[in-house]
Amino acid sequence: MKQKITTASQAVDAIQDGAVIMIGGFLGTGTPENLIDALVKKGVKNLTIIGNDGGLPGRGICKLLEANMVKKLIASHVGMTKIVAEQKNAGTLELELVPQGSLAEKIRAGGFGLGGILTPTGVGTMVADGKETLTVNGVDYLLELPLKADFALIRAFKCDEFGNSIYTKTTRNFNPLMASAAEHVIIGTEEIVKTGDIDPDDVVTPGIFVDYIVGGEKPWQI
Amino acid sequence: MADIKERIAKRVAKEIKDGYVLNLGIGLPTLVANYLPEGVDVTVHSENGFLGLGPAPDAGEEDTYLVNAGGQYVTILPGGMFFDSATSFGIIRGKHVDASILGALEVDEKGNLANWIVPGKMVPGMGGAMDLVVGAKRVIIAMTHTAKGSPKILKKCTLPLTAVGVVNEIVTEMGVIEVTSEGLVLTELHPDYTIEQVQAATEAELIISPNLKAMED
Repeated sequence: MKQKITTASQAVDAIQDGAVIMIGGFLGTGTPENLIDALVKKGVKNLTIIGNDGGLPGRGICKLLEANMVKKLIASHVGMTKIVAEQKNAGTLELELVPQGSLAEKIRAGGFGLGGILTPTGVGTMVADGKETLTVNGVDYLLELPLKADFALIRAFKCDEFGNSIYTKTTRNFNPLMASAAEHVIIGTEEIVKTGDIDPDDVVTPGIFVDYIVGGEKPWQI
Repeated sequence: MADIKERIAKRVAKEIKDGYVLNLGIGLPTLVANYLPEGVDVTVHSENGFLGLGPAPDAGEEDTYLVNAGGQYVTILPGGMFFDSATSFGIIRGKHVDASILGALEVDEKGNLANWIVPGKMVPGMGGAMDLVVGAKRVIIAMTHTAKGSPKILKKCTLPLTAVGVVNEIVTEMGVIEVTSEGLVLTELHPDYTIEQVQAATEAELIISPNLKAMED
């Protein structure tokens, strides 16, 4: 069996310029900060980042923006990070805004082999521009296409050596969805336990999705 | 201003029935939870991934794993549970939320809503707003009647829409307006204002309900 436990720098070593990366978290809550720090240290450029938001200044996805590593951001909300507007206005960042529920479903579709999803969200708005509208049983839906990534950076609370993971409280958010939708999945976790030490009933993310496990995530300090 | 927000929040709270699942937008809508009538127990949904949203914790008691959709530290009440973003928005889109209460930049007489973007000025993103107003069984807009005197209740929204024809009711400091197929019906008027004053502050034409009531403080 492949040894998945490694260091943050080893885990992000394969990430190259231009990679598409999903990053879990909601305004930084549930983002694997050690993995982000290792990526900043590695210093790759022109990344496409898929996440709920731009993180918070000094936290989560925002650290990649601050290091000028992001070419395109696909997110639902960027109002807490001025740097997004600054880089967009300067022409260095492409921003694609997606309704939060549609973003979740696009990622789920990518991870679970669906050709897309039909949602009533966004019908009759700017979000519908360039998208196909289908009418089913008299209701209009937008066809939202799947999202996939080269890498996913996932934050777990506890993970076993096989990668079976559980989350805690509101750190869960997009993490379990993204763990299904990327070619290479890296878990940053607070605790690593022996395989079998997490009750199979409690596992949220199956270890088969996981390629690398990095310990040492810490709770955010206020 | 504090009194006006309190007045709006108190009035919205009267719309809430026992057993409701609610989603409250950031700002004024959050205040609604403080004025729920006696005996009305609700479950508050937080779109970042849980049900059972409780009040803010005391200073020093914050749990950094537990935030609301605005990133503020909050608590979870007994009976609450956490889930991922797909489940959270499934709860919304699947019509499992009884009422979504949120603010607006503009609302029009067709119940169209604009509250997520001012092109060239403010581009924060829609977050969960588009899903919330499409998915909730009832959409209640809680807002000040005008933006510093400039009408927000219009014949037709000028800003990019959040959703088409989703608003059921508008509560402002001036009164309560129901969105109907005939147009906007003023059902309650606050005693501080006359019908003429409310109409002057509203671009859309108001239909005055034959059962017009006084809006209480």
